[in-house]
Amino acid sequence: MAQQQNKRSFGWFPHPLLTVVLVLIWMLLLNAFTAGGLVMGLILGTVIPIITSNFWPERPRILAYHKALSFMLLVAYDVVVANIHVARLILFKPAGQLHTRWVTVPIDLKSSEAITLLAATITMTPGTVSSDLSADSRCLLVHCLDAPDPEQAVQQIKTRYEARIREIFE
Amino acid sequence: MLFLLELLISLLIVLGGFFVLVGSIGLIKLGDLMPRLHAPTKATTLGLGGMLIGSMLFFLGVEGKLSIHEVLISLFLFITAPVSAHFMAKAWLHLNAKHRPKLPPTGSNRGWSTYDASHAPEPGWPTSDDPDRPAQ
Repeated sequence: MAQQQNKRSFGWFPHPLLTVVLVLIWMLLLNAFTAGGLVMGLILGTVIPIITSNFWPERPRILAYHKALSFMLLVAYDVVVANIHVARLILFKPAGQLHTRWVTVPIDLKSSEAITLLAATITMTPGTVSSDLSADSRCLLVHCLDAPDPEQAVQQIKTRYEARIREIFE
Repeated sequence: MLFLLELLISLLIVLGGFFVLVGSIGLIKLGDLMPRLHAPTKATTLGLGGMLIGSMLFFLGVEGKLSIHEVLISLFLFITAPVSAHFMAKAWLHLNAKHRPKLPPTGSNRGWSTYDASHAPEPGWPTSDDPDRPAQ
């Protein structure tokens, strides 16, 4: 929690990283490099962070960028595996034989950004959709498409994704 | 060489089409909304990815110019797919309040936020990112 107590700054660039990302996205949207486009991107990259600064009073601090990168690669790989796995379930398994069930995943993550990232990762990966958060933000309700063993599904989410997200943010 | 490239591009597009088709079959085959939610959030990611990579290769190799719109499309897809799936799941929970006893317990004295959102959070705990929670 301590790293979230950053003072809010209202300078010209309250969120430098967001400015860089916005300029980059604007240039990608244009799909061509022009000086006018860059100026417009810089204007947007300056104005949007100032206007939206009320929406992110707290800011997560990414502690380990190399771990964030390797996490992205792991998730990209898992997304491909998840696609093939779910496609096989849909095509070859009769709907009656699927073990669809709800599971509760207790979470140790504290910041809401980290929890959001975990929930999004769960939705994108093998046969699971995160559906709800408990009112005290301490566990996620996850719907499994085919989980014969609910314990194992929970353990996989905790060790494979949550542990890595914790290394990135805490 | 151009033939091989075109072969690769067509393979990627056909693969993409296949996975999008599987996603649609899943929508028909799986009976209830919650299992149905799995089909579009996953099977289509790879389908769209295959088509987008095919499109990038086409513009790079055949037309000879770099096209990076496709990176943006996949970025937006990765941001919006989990959020919309979460919203649909929450809408389902609201519409099917009779299923509430069937949900697993939260393991604490607070319920799931869809049904237990009217109270203020305990002091000391972070505010939830839950879109349903009223402003404090």
